[in-house]
Parts: sequence; structure tokens; C-alpha cells
Amino acid sequence: MKHTISLLVENEYGMLSRVSGLFSARGYQIDTLNVAPTLEEGVSRMTLTTHGNDHIIEQILRQTLKLVKVIQVTDMTANPHVEREMVMLTVSARRGEERQEVLSLVKIFRARVVDVSEDALILELTGNGEKVEAFINLLRTIGIQDMVRTGPVAMTRVAAVRALQQIEDEEEFSELTLNEKV
Amino acid sequence: MKMRGARILLEALRCEGVNHIFGYPGGAVLHIYDEMIKHAESLGIKHYLVRHEQAALFGAAGYTQATGKTGVALVTSGPGGTNAVTGVANAFMDSLPMVVFTGQVPTNLIGNDAFQEADLTGITRSCVKHNYLVKKVEDLAPTIKEAFYVASTGRPGPVLVDLPKDMTAQELEFSYPETIEMRSYKPQTQGNPKAVRRAVEAMLEAERPVLYIGGGAIHGGAHDEVRRLAERLNLPTTCTLMGLGAFPASHPLSLGMLGMHGGYWTNMAVNNCDLLISIGARFDDRVTGKLTEFAKGARFIHVDIDPSCISKNVPCDFPIIGDSKVVVQQMLDEVEQMVGHGANITPRQGWHDQIAAWREQHPFWFKEDGDIIKPQYVIHELHRLTGGKAVVSADVGQHQMWTAQLYGFDHPRNWLNSGGLGAMGYGFPAAIGAAVARPNDLVVAVVGDGGFQMSCNELATIKQYNIPVKILVINNGYLGMVRQWQEQFYEHRYSHSNIEVAPDFLKLAGAYDVPAMRATKASEVTAVLEKALNTPGPMLIEMQVAREENVFPIVPAGAALKDMILA
Repeated sequence: MKHTISLLVENEYGMLSRVSGLFSARGYQIDTLNVAPTLEEGVSRMTLTTHGNDHIIEQILRQTLKLVKVIQVTDMTANPHVEREMVMLTVSARRGEERQEVLSLVKIFRARVVDVSEDALILELTGNGEKVEAFINLLRTIGIQDMVRTGPVAMTRVAAVRALQQIEDEEEFSELTLNEKV
Repeated sequence: MKMRGARILLEALRCEGVNHIFGYPGGAVLHIYDEMIKHAESLGIKHYLVRHEQAALFGAAGYTQATGKTGVALVTSGPGGTNAVTGVANAFMDSLPMVVFTGQVPTNLIGNDAFQEADLTGITRSCVKHNYLVKKVEDLAPTIKEAFYVASTGRPGPVLVDLPKDMTAQELEFSYPETIEMRSYKPQTQGNPKAVRRAVEAMLEAERPVLYIGGGAIHGGAHDEVRRLAERLNLPTTCTLMGLGAFPASHPLSLGMLGMHGGYWTNMAVNNCDLLISIGARFDDRVTGKLTEFAKGARFIHVDIDPSCISKNVPCDFPIIGDSKVVVQQMLDEVEQMVGHGANITPRQGWHDQIAAWREQHPFWFKEDGDIIKPQYVIHELHRLTGGKAVVSADVGQHQMWTAQLYGFDHPRNWLNSGGLGAMGYGFPAAIGAAVARPNDLVVAVVGDGGFQMSCNELATIKQYNIPVKILVINNGYLGMVRQWQEQFYEHRYSHSNIEVAPDFLKLAGAYDVPAMRATKASEVTAVLEKALNTPGPMLIEMQVAREENVFPIVPAGAALKDMILA
């Protein structure tokens, strides 16, 4: 099963390779990955997606948390959360019917046109993985010349954060669900 | 007072209480070696010059295995560092607290393919607990503080600190941080009280429990607590290769070592138990054999300081994360509380009788063969003549298994070897580290002729510092364990395992001016050993043993413990 995992890490030299090296050394797969700063200076957020059975995911969570400079590890998939990724596509769109078709898809998907040339458009779309996939598949028949995807970022829903805090307070074996170095 | 980075490094080591370093100089660390000789007296740090960087790491590893103190090694950039990598990986696999300093080319040359440049933090990333590249001298003292803290706490492990040459020349006022606070690293030592209670309930309920002790109990210094727990609850107790000595081998409850070369009775006890209580062990494949068959009917209690070890190989029923010493003491307290509330401790006599019957059925054995020296006999005699009190450092292979089976370790930190990585060439340099750390104890390196030839250059080291290591070479002219597998599992095709073309070990020792003795007949073993052990200073003892002796029992790779081959 696919999992989205969020890591809070010290933004230090070599951090990305520590995380990615752990995945390759232990035979886990990274499907997507992105890294960016957080509100706190010196702390970065890595969001990655991976897949595997429960045992593998559990090992991934524990092994990544074991890295000395990883502050927190969260399996976003375990709780209600919002996931978004961005895609940019260069799509062939010659004058006339073809361009109209592309623009109508842009409208339906609430995508945006960010660059225009005589025979092509660059489109930008933000959404969850399913929406992005659907958009790409529809455009494929028209002609995608180039594409870049960010891979998802994720946030736990506000209500879920509060519920989780309550569970943690009552948790019997909090050490087993522990995903933060306290 | 302002001082160079090189001096700051040494002052920081002094602040950490480091008395001994194992190392090898080179271009990138010359500033450090220069400060070392200039301030030798005030620093109080003794440096041991080895003859290959790997031996510096193994020496530091033996030092820490024999004492629990963090081992320190210092090597130069490039090849110095790459030669050290095996030692780093070894410390990682066996959770040894070590801080390894490597030289690095000047910061402005990093990435330029400079002379003797290697990306040492990159190369070692997957076999260190953590590593650092210190680019600014301002970061040096805090990094060293952090390095020692990380190496020695939680699940211990090696930390590598890479030191660019120009940084060690920059000047700064020396001050060493007193405390340390890391938001990303906070090892948990106390076990969850509810988890401990449930585990103890399971121990009281169990009819056929086995206590399974790993190297973590030695790292945690939990041997007293483990013994008290075993005695209080009448628990048959087995140790892993790395755990030997954490529970006295001569204790009536001791089952000896389990696993691939464990005793028949030990593996049968584990195979048939209904509760396996693991303290600081990691269910390694050499211990479990076929995982799905391992202690099939048992529930598992797993105490480990590393959460990623829990349920990694075997699903665990009662996980407890914490320090072995702390958690076992919590268990002892919990037992007394339950007994106070009327709980019963059963003697489980039937279970003990069953195990004793298994032991009687198939004890460790070897066949005597006229005047040919059987390697097992040598270990047996070594035990007898040293009263089981020597610090024994083994290399890797058959002799290591015979020593593990037969020496009988009653105390922790007297048994050193490369368990996880299984690095040949470990035994002799590790013994040097142990002898440096414990000058008043007899230190014996039990090595094979193969492993010794990977480290025999260190004869110069023991000669230079007059380090009284006794090197016991069990010489069978083969890579014995390889040959045994080829005999048993490859129809006797001894492909490239015959190493009978070897130096005359007496002449080799002689070339280094190290005294040496030899026995070629069983009848000579005792006298030679006795004389060698009683001669002060370094000594090499060669035992020319039966060439094709096998280690039994053996669990074939991937087979279940109960399917061990007995002879």
C-alpha cells in the first residue's frame, strides 16, 4: 500500500543523502520526495511517498526516526489528512480546435495557463494524486511534450490533530506509536 | 588562550576523559600529530601507533569491548579513512561506542579530487551512527561533545568526525561545552511501566520460559540485574555470541550459546519454549535460523533500546523500549510487588529436567585422535590454565565458535570478537586494545592462521610498546569455516580455502623480535601453553591442529534450529 511519510529534520549538510541512503541500503523504495524549509529556522520538512506492507512501513518509520538528526516522523496515511501535488505540463495547442479543447480542460480542472506560445501552452495544476493523474491522462491524447511533478506534500487535518493529541494522552503503550523524540 | 584547531581537538579529548588513542599519521592530520607531541605531558593521552589503519579501529573496538569506555581512533584522509571503513562497519554492527577522527583535505580542495581525498562522510554514511564534517573551527569543540554523547548513549555506535586540514590550523579560544541538548536525539531508557507489568505477568505464567541475552545487556551493564532476574524466576538463560559473559557460563541456569553453533540442549530449549524473554538481542539470522520456525510456539518479550529492532525479524508480543539495566531492574521490582500481592513463582522443575536431559543426550564433544592436536582441546586447556579468567579476543571462524562454545565466560567484557560483521583480522588488534585498557589482566588473542595473516603486521605494535598480548594461533592450514561449509554443503570441493602455504609463524614472530612457541602434538599442548602464559610480555603460540575438524552442532544456513547437524 502507498504511504505518505512526513519527516521533520535538522537542515544540515548531507541530510537528504542520509534519508535516501537509508532507503536504498535497506531496500525500501522512495516513489516521490520533496524537501523545503519550515517556519522554524534550521528545520526542514521532507515529504516522501513509499509503498510496502505494514511491516515494511513500520520499519521505515522506526529506521528513519533513528537517524540522529531526524526530529519527527509521521505516517500521514494513518490519519485523515490533505494531500496536494503540483504538476506543470507543456501541451501542444495549435490554434483552433486543439487549443480550445485544452483550455476547456484547464477550466474543468481549475488548472492555470502559465505560458503561451504559438503552438503550445504550459499548464499548472495543483491537486491530489488522483486529480493530477486524471488531468495528465486526458491531455495525453492531445499531446504532452514535457511534464514535471513535485510529488505530494501533506498536512494532517485540524480535527484529526486534536483527536490524536487526546489519544496520545490516554495511550497505554505510547512508545509503540511514538513518532517523535520527546 | 587562542589555540589551533588541532590542539582544540586534543583538549576536547582530554575533557572527555580520553587516555588512549589508536592511530596512524598522514598529511592531512599532521597538525594534530604535531600538537600531540608538543603537549604530550599536559594532555595525558597516550597514542598507540599501529601498522595499518584497520588495526587502529579494531584496537579501539577491543578497548571499548573490554571496558565500556568510548574507543578513539585517529587516521588520515583518503586511504587512511578508507582503510578504516571496515572498522567503522564492525563497530556499527556490534553497537560499539567509538569516535573516529579522520583527516580531510583543506576545505578549498574538497570536491576537487585532491591528493588523498575521499568523501569519508559519504562513504561511511551507511555504517555510522552519525558522522560530521567540521568546516569551521568554531564548530569543532561542540561537534566533539556531540560526537561522544551520540556514540555512547542510546544504542551505542561509531561516530566519525572528518577534519579538513585547514580547519585544524585555524585559531580560536578553547572552551568546551558542559551540557548538551539535541531536539532530534533523545534515547529512551525507562521502560513503559505497563509494558513491564504485562511482561512480568507473562513470565510468571510461563511454563517453559527461556531468557535470551544479547550484547545489549553488556553495553547496558545489566549483568547483575540479569542474573538476579534469572535466579528469582528460575529462568534457563542463554546468551548470544555477543552476550557471552553477561550471564555466568558456570551458573546452573546457564544454557550457553544458542544459534547456528549453539548447544543442542540450548537450541532445543529455545525451540520448545513457550516464552522467550529477549534482553538486548536482535534476533539475528545466525541466532534464529529459519525465522518462521524460530521458537514457534512461544510468545516474545523483547527489551531493546532501539525501537527499530523490535519486531524487525520476529513479531513481538511484549515490546519494551529502554535501557537493559533499567528495564530489568524495573522487572525485578515488579516481581517483588506481585509476589507481595500473592503471586506465585513456580520452580518449573519439569522444564529444567527436560533441558538437562537434552544436555546429557548431546553435550559438546570432540574425538581425541592420538597425538594429533584437536583445536577444542586447546581451548579446553586454555580455560583450565587461565581459570576462565582471561580476556579472550577471537578472530572469525571455527576457532571463534569453539572458543565461544568451550571457554565458558563468567564475566562480561572478557570476550571480544567481531560478531555482526564477522571481520577476519579482528582478534589480534582487538586484543591489543584490550591489553592497553586492562594492563593487569591476561589477554589472549585466539586466532586462526587465516585471520592472523590479515593482521600479523601488528606484531610490530606489540613489540614497540611491549604490550603483553598472548597470540594463540590455531593453525590448520585452511580457512577452516569455509572448508567446513565446502565439505558439508559443496561436496568436499575445497575451492581456494587451502592456505597451507604460509609463513613459519615462529620465524615470523622472530622477525619482529617477539618470542614464540609451538606445539605439534597433543601431549605438548599443556606444557607449551603453561609456559607461554606464564612468560611476561608478548608471546606467539602456534598450535598445529587437526586440519579437517568441524564445528558441531551446526544449523545449516536457512534451516530451523531443531534441524541442527550434530556430527
